[in-house]
Amino acid sequence: MFDIAGFYEARSVDDAVRALSEDENAELINGGTDVLIRVRAGKDAGRALVSVKNIPEIKGVKLLPDESIWIGAGTSFTHITNDPLIMEHLPMLGEAVDMVGGPQIRNMGTMGGNICNGATSADSAASAVSLNTELLLTGPEGERRISIHDFYTGPGRTVRRREEVCTGFLIRKEDYEGWTGKYIKYGKRRAMEIATLGCAVRVKLNGDRSRIEEARLAYGVAAPTPIRCRKAEEKLKNRSLSDPGLLSDFSETALTEVNPRSSWRASREFRMQLISELAKRALSEAVKLSGGEIHA
Amino acid sequence: MEVGQGKVRVDAYAKVCGEAKYTADLEPKNILHGKVLHSEIANGLVKSMDISEAEKVPGVVKVLTCFDVPDCQFPTAGHPWSVEEKHQDICDRRLLNRRVRFYGDDIACVIAEDEVAAQQALRKIKVEYEEYPAIPTVEQAMAEGATPLHPDLRKDNVIVHSHMTMGKADFSFEKALEEAKKEYGEEELVYVEEELDTPRISHCHIELPVSWAYVDNNGKVTVTCSTQIPAIVKLYTAMALGIPTGKVRIIKPYIGGGFGNKQDVLYEPLNAFMSMQVGGRPVRLEISREETIISTRTRHKITGYVRGLAKRDGTILARSLDAYANNGAYASHGHAICANCCTVFKDLYRDRMGTEADGWTVYTSSPTAGAMRAYGIPQSIWFTECLVDDLAKKLGMDPYELRMKNCMEEGFRDPGNGITFRSYGLKQCMEKGAELFHWTEKREKYGHESGMKRRGVGMAIFCYKTGVHPISLETASARMVLNQDGSAQLIMGATEIGQGADTVFTQMAADTSGLRFDEIYIVSTQDTDVTPFDTGAYASRQTYVSGMACKKVAEEFRSRILDYAAYMLNNSVEDISKTIYAKEVSRAEEKLRSQLSLSPKEKILPEMLEIVDSRVVLKEGGEALFPLSILADTAFYSLDRAVHITAEVSNQCKDNTFSSGVCFAEVEVDLPLGLVKILDLVELHDSGIIINRKTAEGQVHGGIAQSIGYALSEDLLVDEKTGRVLNDNLLDFKIPTAMDVPDMRIDFVELEDPTGPYGNKSLGEPPTIAAAPAIRNAVLQATGIGMKVAPMTSQRLIEAFQEGGLL
Repeated sequence: MFDIAGFYEARSVDDAVRALSEDENAELINGGTDVLIRVRAGKDAGRALVSVKNIPEIKGVKLLPDESIWIGAGTSFTHITNDPLIMEHLPMLGEAVDMVGGPQIRNMGTMGGNICNGATSADSAASAVSLNTELLLTGPEGERRISIHDFYTGPGRTVRRREEVCTGFLIRKEDYEGWTGKYIKYGKRRAMEIATLGCAVRVKLNGDRSRIEEARLAYGVAAPTPIRCRKAEEKLKNRSLSDPGLLSDFSETALTEVNPRSSWRASREFRMQLISELAKRALSEAVKLSGGEIHA
Repeated sequence: MEVGQGKVRVDAYAKVCGEAKYTADLEPKNILHGKVLHSEIANGLVKSMDISEAEKVPGVVKVLTCFDVPDCQFPTAGHPWSVEEKHQDICDRRLLNRRVRFYGDDIACVIAEDEVAAQQALRKIKVEYEEYPAIPTVEQAMAEGATPLHPDLRKDNVIVHSHMTMGKADFSFEKALEEAKKEYGEEELVYVEEELDTPRISHCHIELPVSWAYVDNNGKVTVTCSTQIPAIVKLYTAMALGIPTGKVRIIKPYIGGGFGNKQDVLYEPLNAFMSMQVGGRPVRLEISREETIISTRTRHKITGYVRGLAKRDGTILARSLDAYANNGAYASHGHAICANCCTVFKDLYRDRMGTEADGWTVYTSSPTAGAMRAYGIPQSIWFTECLVDDLAKKLGMDPYELRMKNCMEEGFRDPGNGITFRSYGLKQCMEKGAELFHWTEKREKYGHESGMKRRGVGMAIFCYKTGVHPISLETASARMVLNQDGSAQLIMGATEIGQGADTVFTQMAADTSGLRFDEIYIVSTQDTDVTPFDTGAYASRQTYVSGMACKKVAEEFRSRILDYAAYMLNNSVEDISKTIYAKEVSRAEEKLRSQLSLSPKEKILPEMLEIVDSRVVLKEGGEALFPLSILADTAFYSLDRAVHITAEVSNQCKDNTFSSGVCFAEVEVDLPLGLVKILDLVELHDSGIIINRKTAEGQVHGGIAQSIGYALSEDLLVDEKTGRVLNDNLLDFKIPTAMDVPDMRIDFVELEDPTGPYGNKSLGEPPTIAAAPAIRNAVLQATGIGMKVAPMTSQRLIEAFQEGGLL
């Protein structure tokens, strides 16, 4: 039994927005893998829940006319991982969300919930940041688009208003075509885990695969929110794969951009070690996926 | 022979199909729900409580506080009660405590129509405390001026300090060191001194501690609960409530694991009290995972200061241990666990000059430590095996050789308690295991690892007692009851807690009685109103101690059946001729007389008969006479001699023996990420004759998985300032998943133990012991770094690698 004031099954996004607007005590729920834990722990006890679980318009993955990829916010992790478009164009994201919890959680949990929950440790977050993902939010005043880089405001906090429904994510063609990427989740065990650190690296190599044209680096748990390390990315621009300083320049610059905290879960020093090492490993793997090899 | 066969568990299908009934499956409709309020300070006094708002919550039936409970203090340890005062467990707890001794102490409870109402009411109880400083660590609790947590029982926070030696009674390590220097010269000696530490951990049994209680119409408060020890729960529930023991009835159905946490009386007395306070209505009390982790029991965090002295040739001369056990807020098992840790520390190796072990068990304002699978020995073996490998490293000696040269020998007898190694398989385990593992080849191969990924192998040995004699009482009872078709019920006081007890008892009873395995129906539920007395599942005692009772009852049952068989054969002409079995019995009589050349006048004796495969047969030659179904039907309904054939025995065991074994581990260490991957793991057990290889392997697999968690990830953290548990859930308290546990290779050295009822000795707990130090020692070979603290988390490994200059 859960201590909730009510449960409303919304028929559409607009219906959900209406229900949320009408009741100040209402909270959005989809798979429930975060919300119900908070209710059980007493933090959100007594809230009314508005469910968007059974709204078809926010599920699935589509290729839009401009060749952007749209991922419905209500798409479960399992469906994302197994979607043919994701497998073809965004295998890194498919693999990243396949590392969330266990199979049951991945069948219930959604990318919308994962991102909107605002946790720096969310497994889809580092990948979403490295992909310049845009979020689609529908509220009482209509739809707005917001870049993931402007979405997070602090730990567990985002710019999403309580009565807004996240309907989907957009990834532009220029952010996936020609790129390869690797997400490494570092946890204390191999399943049923929250990331101690998450690291996503994407690269675009030149024609003969001897140089990095562009790179992206994003982390989860390296700061209060998921972050992108633009200075480290700059360091790799047009860099030769046989440049001896390649890996260390990348990882050392990343260390200047992060701000992990010490907690009983992990010390800052430990996380700094992981930040540095994972950047190198994810970069090497991402390059390999593009058919290149680092000879540094 | 039923013993020794890999029989399918008698409860396998019911459990796999979800049909087996556990405590929560059995509760009546319209039951009330209880919830416990836990303190939010670690040390202090409840000055007052305001429950007025809580009582107003719709659905709330009753709110009870620490001011409402009987003035009775009671113990909780799952030890047999003692009629000698000095052996009794410490009575230091009440149903609800005004004096708060840890963050999470039980101070009030709510009974409501549903769980949500109960939970809402809990949040509305206002508590006013007088707060004292939190003293969650041993250091804080033993510091001068620290508040005594139980001033009525102890003047300070030390529950017990014990000192024991091996060798001379007045042996001291200091003196031995001086003597050795004189005798051999300093350069001939190798000395290691180190501080080793072990974690506090949670048992993580799947089924939570759940119970439901009501007052039956005979006036008995009846509690159905998930416990390993129904008979002890009965006694201590009565004590806590201040009512006669006969007024309490405990029923234990199937349970989803206990690992020693349910070898303590937990919330059953409070649950009984809650029902009594609402007119005997049924009340259910389910303790959540978070509450289980904080407010039930834990494994002791024991810190060990160890010293070891050896000669250059690898002869160990002396060792010492100072062990400090953090016992938390209540005594529970008291000093028994730390004392056990010290005892095995001194038993495992043959120190030529002597051994010294001091143990302190200390009250602290933190979660209570109690029994957990292997009872102080995972800590003890962490101490011995880290020390021995560190000595081996300093000696430049193969750790296998050093162990062979110094480990306890055949015929070992602990002079302190008289426990003797009756069947000795330790060295055979080491030999067989080393061969299976390819120890020598791997040890050599990994002698000079370099780079960022390094491999190594390590090992650890252990010994373990079987039951608790002579430290405590060992007694067990059993009953067999015949059915009309010749099958029988077996009723054991011993409990099935998932380990497979029901299956092996059925095998034993079949083996000894001659009834077929599938015609013996074991009654899995213990009900203290009808089940004969046994103290329960702990100390790896049941196959040994309760097995003795099982064997005895089966012998008795068999002999009563054979008596009746002889009666039938001797009276075939008169009594039996009137029955529907006349022909079969007289044919059997003829057969017997001709086979044994007995004249019609000579009496047929029970000794001439035997039961095999549920048939009465001739002892000589084994010729079948008639099935037990004929005998049973006759015995039940004979108009001449009707008797219900049953047997019931109680057996006191005054014996004990050691089991032992070894674990070998091969690891790959990823230095920059601090990750340890187990590549191979071989474990050998010397547990006497194995009753059921399949269930035995299950025990070993599970135990090793727990030991892997102990080695690498499990650590229950308590904030040193507030005394609050930080990781009270299964996301943050890291037990290994199926993905983290490697394939394991296990085997047994089966030597018949002369004291075991079927040549068997302990196996339930030993698998939890050796893998952790074996993994630690493998990391030592791989990296040259000897970790001191378990678990070896990635963070700790990286810190050590940085300190050691590897990163």
